[in-house]
Amino acid sequence: MNQFQYVRPAKPKAAIEARVKDQNSQFIAGGTNLLDLMKRGVMNPERLIDISRLPLDKLERQGNTFRIGSMALNATVADDKQVLEKLPLLAQALNAGASAQLRNMATIGGNMLQRTRCPYFYDTALPCNKREPGSGCGALEGYNRMHAIFGFSDKCIAVHPSDMSVALVALDATVLVSGPKGDRRIPFAELHRLPGDIPQKDTTLEPGELITAVEVPEGPFTKNVHYLKVRERASYAFALVSVAAALQLENNVIKDARLAMGGVAHKPWRLTEAEKSLVGKPATEATFQAAAEIAMRGAKAFKHNAFKLKLGPNAIVQALKNATNVA
Amino acid sequence: MADEISDSKPENEERSHDAARRNFLKQSSVLTALALTPGPVVQAAAAEWDEKIAAPFEKVPLKLAVNGKSYKLSVEPRVTLLDLLREQMHLTGTKKGCDYGQCGACTVHIDGKRVNSCLVLAVMQDGREITTIEGLAKGDDLHPMQEAFIKNDGFQCGYCTPGQIMSAVACIREGKANSETEIKEFMSGNICRCGAYPNIVSAIQEVKNGGQKV
Ligand SMILES: Cc1cc2nc3c(=O)[nH]c(=O)nc-3n(C[C@H](O)[C@H](O)[C@H](O)COP(=O)(O)OP(=O)(O)OC[C@H]3O[C@@H](n4cnc5c(N)ncnc54)[C@H](O)[C@@H]3O)c2cc1C
Ligand code: SF4
Ligand code: FES
Ligand code: FES
Repeated sequence: MNQFQYVRPAKPKAAIEARVKDQNSQFIAGGTNLLDLMKRGVMNPERLIDISRLPLDKLERQGNTFRIGSMALNATVADDKQVLEKLPLLAQALNAGASAQLRNMATIGGNMLQRTRCPYFYDTALPCNKREPGSGCGALEGYNRMHAIFGFSDKCIAVHPSDMSVALVALDATVLVSGPKGDRRIPFAELHRLPGDIPQKDTTLEPGELITAVEVPEGPFTKNVHYLKVRERASYAFALVSVAAALQLENNVIKDARLAMGGVAHKPWRLTEAEKSLVGKPATEATFQAAAEIAMRGAKAFKHNAFKLKLGPNAIVQALKNATNVA
Repeated sequence: MADEISDSKPENEERSHDAARRNFLKQSSVLTALALTPGPVVQAAAAEWDEKIAAPFEKVPLKLAVNGKSYKLSVEPRVTLLDLLREQMHLTGTKKGCDYGQCGACTVHIDGKRVNSCLVLAVMQDGREITTIEGLAKGDDLHPMQEAFIKNDGFQCGYCTPGQIMSAVACIREGKANSETEIKEFMSGNICRCGAYPNIVSAIQEVKNGGQKV
């Protein structure tokens, strides 16, 4: 790991200032992604700004909204009784990510800003437009088993690795941000970007912006939910494909539906058209099959990830079945 | 001065430079005096970034309670908790496996929570309580989980064992040892190359069902 300067400001404002003054600095929260990348030489900040002790770790319920501080730990949120009761989809997605040790270190803010696990991004000997703009994309013609089937560009075909983010986009969360120009709110679906011509930019955050919290509305999705993660091993691996499914049922008829996928795009992928197709229909396998077909429209595979075109719809149907106990 | 020092600093590659790095760490009390470039630190203090500041090569004071004893240490910003424990404090019970958060060999408890010490910066832990495998036993009495691992043949080569035991204790304390499936899921961050998993699960179940305080 390169040498770096370390500062630990006491207040968010000072942290933001420190970040703005030095483009070559990074916030560090749990450090589970940043230190990993620094050890491999993928990121080489000259200054780390420790935000882990900022007073941003509260988990509160205000009216019908959960407000989760960005420094809250993944494990704390996943184990919270009220989260388990009211936002079970979020708890399931959090528990599907990483290991118990890592969830004790990983913060909510850091989890959504973790960087892609594309192996070419991680290997500094190989070309990667995200790591080194203009150097090319090793995955495009390379071993692209993990890579995107939606929303990619010819500059980058990486996927976003966070499980939690798939649940948050399905639950219509909002990200609260403080920056040099003040505070703003970003709908979760607009936090992450598609790669386009600037794949080095993962999100719509401006330089120096600090995520302070995420707000999640308590929806009607408390009973019929499921986060399904398909991975190479039974546990502790990143998703090849994941599905967050949440339904509101009345007499087995779908009143409202949420569907999102992970492991398929540069951002958590909300399936709005498929959601619409579910509403008003009975919760049956045929309904789920039809929705899965709609969800996969426009998907395009590369040499090594064609299996995702089949795995995707199967995972959607299975997640919906698990959510509703349809056999 | 500062240039000379950055020339002599080890390369960024892993492993092959470990030895160089250890040497470097040994020499660093000498280097500290040379490397102290107060510039950025003074700047940072002036900007009220406050609390704790360290220049790249500077060793900063750090207070830690490790296995019930208080220590006053000094570390460079980039030293991980794992390296501090093993190289500076000579607590080598905690193992380095992957060094990237993937194997669990380096599991310790910080303020009672299990974490991978290879992905933790020591400077960030100021004032915290660390428990390592060396701190589990009470004198000559092994911790119940250590006893259970021995009794159930929970290890073969033993390399992953300290991390497994630290994780196993945490798993019970967290209330995540209620079934075999749950134990497997919540122990999945600890990899054992020898495949001692079934016996590890038995050891955990024995301690859990025995109702001993862990
Ligand atoms: C072996 C391994 C397996 C894993 N498996 C999974 C998995 O299956 N699923 C999954 O979802 N994740 C997985 N992870 C990733 C893990 O969840 C993330 O590393 C973690 O959530 C990041 O949180 P952190 O607080 O440690 O972030 P850090 O490493 O501290 O920060 C990550 C990035 O976010 C920035 N940042 C952090 N907080 C803020 C903030 N509040 N405002 C602005 N910027 C901020 C940092 O500057 C940095 O660039 C795995 C990680 C490892 C090492
Ligand atoms: S897919 Fe994106 S992250 Fe991976 S090599 Fe190509 S540019 Fe880099
Ligand atoms: S050495 Fe820390 S997890 Fe492998
Ligand atoms: S006993 Fe050898 S690695 Fe687990």
